Amino acid sequence: MSDTLVDLDEVLTRYEPVIGLETHVELGTASKMFCGCSTTFGAEPNTQTCPVCLGLPGALPVVNEAAIESTIRIGLALGCRIASWSRFARKNYFYPDIPKGFQTSQYDEPLCTAGHLDIELDGETYRVEIERVHIEEDTGKNLHVGGATGRIHGADHSLVDYNRAGIPLVEIVTRPIPGTGAKAPEVARAYVTELREILLALGVSEVRMEQGNLRSDVNTSLAPIGSLDWGTRTETKNVNSLRSVERSVRFEMRRQAAVLDAGERVVQETRHFHEDSGSTSSGRSKEEATDYRYFPEPDLVPIAPDEEWVEALRAALPELPAARRVRLREEWGLSDTEMAWIVNAGALALVSDTVAAGASPGDARKWWLGELARRANDSGVELTDLAVTPKQVAELAALVAAGTVNDQLARQALDGVLAGEGDPAAVVESRGLAVMGDSDELVAAVEAAIEGNPDVADKVRGGKVQAIGALVGAVMKTTRGKADAATVKRMLEERLVSN
Amino acid sequence: MSDVTSSSAADLSSALQSGELSSVEVTRAYLDRIAADDDTIGAYLHVDAEAALASAESIDAARAKGAELGPLAGVPLALKDVVVTEGVRTTSGSKILDGWRPPYDATLAARLKAAGTVLLGKTNMDEFAMGSSTENSAYKVTRNPWDTDRVPGGSSGGSSAAVAAGLAPWAIGTDTGGSIRQPAALTGLVGHKPTYGSVSRYGLIAFSSSLDQAGPMTRTVLDAALLHEAVAGHDPLDSTSIDSPVPVLAESARRGAEGDLAGLRVGVVTELGGDGHTDGYDPGVLERAAEAVALLEGMGAEVRQISCPAFDLALPAYYLIAPSEASSNLARFDGVRYGLRAGDDGSRDLDEVMALTREQGFGPEVKRRIILGTYALSSGYYDAYYGQAQKVRTLITRDFTTAWDDVDVLVSPTSPTVAWPIGSRVDDPIAMYAADLCTLPASLAGVPAISVPCGLSEGLPVGFQIMAPALADDRCYRVAAALEAAQDAARGHALLAGIAPKENAPS
Repeated sequence: MSDTLVDLDEVLTRYEPVIGLETHVELGTASKMFCGCSTTFGAEPNTQTCPVCLGLPGALPVVNEAAIESTIRIGLALGCRIASWSRFARKNYFYPDIPKGFQTSQYDEPLCTAGHLDIELDGETYRVEIERVHIEEDTGKNLHVGGATGRIHGADHSLVDYNRAGIPLVEIVTRPIPGTGAKAPEVARAYVTELREILLALGVSEVRMEQGNLRSDVNTSLAPIGSLDWGTRTETKNVNSLRSVERSVRFEMRRQAAVLDAGERVVQETRHFHEDSGSTSSGRSKEEATDYRYFPEPDLVPIAPDEEWVEALRAALPELPAARRVRLREEWGLSDTEMAWIVNAGALALVSDTVAAGASPGDARKWWLGELARRANDSGVELTDLAVTPKQVAELAALVAAGTVNDQLARQALDGVLAGEGDPAAVVESRGLAVMGDSDELVAAVEAAIEGNPDVADKVRGGKVQAIGALVGAVMKTTRGKADAATVKRMLEERLVSN
Repeated sequence: MSDVTSSSAADLSSALQSGELSSVEVTRAYLDRIAADDDTIGAYLHVDAEAALASAESIDAARAKGAELGPLAGVPLALKDVVVTEGVRTTSGSKILDGWRPPYDATLAARLKAAGTVLLGKTNMDEFAMGSSTENSAYKVTRNPWDTDRVPGGSSGGSSAAVAAGLAPWAIGTDTGGSIRQPAALTGLVGHKPTYGSVSRYGLIAFSSSLDQAGPMTRTVLDAALLHEAVAGHDPLDSTSIDSPVPVLAESARRGAEGDLAGLRVGVVTELGGDGHTDGYDPGVLERAAEAVALLEGMGAEVRQISCPAFDLALPAYYLIAPSEASSNLARFDGVRYGLRAGDDGSRDLDEVMALTREQGFGPEVKRRIILGTYALSSGYYDAYYGQAQKVRTLITRDFTTAWDDVDVLVSPTSPTVAWPIGSRVDDPIAMYAADLCTLPASLAGVPAISVPCGLSEGLPVGFQIMAPALADDRCYRVAAALEAAQDAARGHALLAGIAPKENAPS
């Protein structure tokens, strides 16, 4: 099944996008939401389970207070109103990955409501209204064995791992976000990026998207420009990277435009995002979806956060990313644009940690946005996934500043660090990367270059000073880049240019 | 002492502590009775004689070594099969849990184990506790020891029949809308539904979470108080468990038995068998209840009529709330993780296997209630049904609260009728539901209520219900003990001693 797509530029000539995001964040609590089981990632299937999270007959839930605290802190960081009385509800549906036949969630009485998050993008600020933040439990994980797609249809059999079942999950729901126009895909991405930064600052989750700690359902709709009504939305489920958030919005805008152009209507449905092609495909249709029959969870008592407690949590919130950016930008003496590059590259924490490790803000920025960004891009990973620490980057910068290595040698030292050969100084030592001083070896190399290139040497002697470059290059070649080019040039001049 | 299998548990406890009897002797006596009579009565779903004797032996050995043992140590006991027991089959009366051996103990089972009681077996019940006659069990019919052609009440009918027939000295039942009190009434036992939240629900297979409570079913009021004390108390594993000290109940029962009720204010609930509300009540039941009220008055109680108008709405409200919660509580029985799995032969997909498992695993009454509850919670109907029923529940609670301004306890018959013939109501669910008329208000309000025998009508036991404010369970025991003592004195023996089952081959 292939979809007709309209060019994005063209989409925007006729349609106005509205986006909305529901983001699920697995909290980093030690134990699960309603039982004492561990939440450690990657354990053998079904080893972190008990009667409660397996939904055995008779088992009952008990609320994890740390999860409630984290949820309230997230709500506070997003400027939400914290409910003085909140209840859990049962969301009833059948699926093997929900062991009780219902998910314990929150429905009409969430913990946090009516907040907002300001997103900065290319010098513009977009205010994203937060509808609600609530707490629920994660589901188990199905593994469909056999069949081509890994989905349940066509599978021979299915396995379920309940280690994830019952891990506390916070759901952060935005109100519809209009008015982003061509920036809709980037705004979606920037929102999740900023949210992630906040969650990291709060320390409530590891927010490792590749482990599914943070997953977004991305709603997209298009309405004809000037229309008073919003269009029918689709919901792309479980989008689990920042790049995919952006791509899924872009794809849906292009696909929906084609549907609307053809005079058809967009079907309200959930869709799956495909990383490989950047496309979405139809999931189950909402119109025939289950009636969840929400009702207040009778096995749990309401949560009534004490106002004093909430205020204490508010007072203890850490510096949030937006404030931190302003402070660091001023401390580092950067322009808004320079700061934005760092943020957009996802390098703020790395740069800041590198500065903290002793590098100058300029060096730290240059490394992370230059060489390291290139390496990450080449290997298709995030900056944070590179096998180099901010401390090591600071050490590299220090070696360059001290003249121990030049830029080229520093890059070779980085190769060694990334290859796991140790810290930069150790790599410089073991690979013999230090810049050659005015040594005999260098003198020999300089003289060999002159002897080996008599024509060029004569030109220089004859006053064509620019020709000296070829001799510098020859020296660099024989010293395999370890010489300092300026030193080599000076030594050549001493020998060829009479004053 | 008298025959072991007709003794009170308190007497057995004394005999065990004094060394007059060993736990093995007591346990064997009950196992012998079970072997002899349970084919007729059908009280038990599972009996593990070996395990029972083994734990009796270990208690006797501990006692011989001079170990400090609690008063219940060595006393045998039966548990309704809704109570999850580690390694012991637990079915909740349903085929869908056939063969399941739980990996954990319910909190109350663990507490009783720790107290040294000896588990005789698990008793029959209406499937998932849905019913008033135990006829909805997926496994067998249980017969009333007073007349084996009649039902033992339900849903804890296996427990009531076992205790009345001398197949257990006492038993644990559960009560969602009357399932302890009504079978106790129909078999001449004492049955108490504790204040909601005072006995842990952890490990009770849930029917209706906001209503379910476990409690004692015993031959005497004192036994009920002792068993209640053994299982009560805060449980951190149950979020609805009340964090307050275990109430002093046995002492209240002993004091009550002294027969002084001076100053006690008793309210007779008009809506439960009073003037203008006698439809569906056996005249004999109303007469026995009136006599019980007179006895209370004779012991110094001040009696007045109390009207609780919202009680008239208890039945419809209950039959919306309980099925709604049940429809969700029973969703976990999908054949994926435990119990029955039907049709998984490679020809059916997931949805079909789950549907077939539920189709084959649930009986008609369970299906009826799941459908009812699913409908009541559906979007568009929620407010009209579930929402409305919750409002009625609030009104009923308010009627109780208002009544407590004027009286200390409220009383009524426990069941509008005596035990009815097996099969006579199975085709009429509404008539079956009406059996819970008197017990539902206390369930919906979460207040404690006890049923105590108050004589016979047509040769069958009649129960008298005493309701008290939340956490005032001790009042139920005090008043029930006074009534029991007065009646036993007048009669010359306990009601149960008059049990003379008519010989009847199971049909």
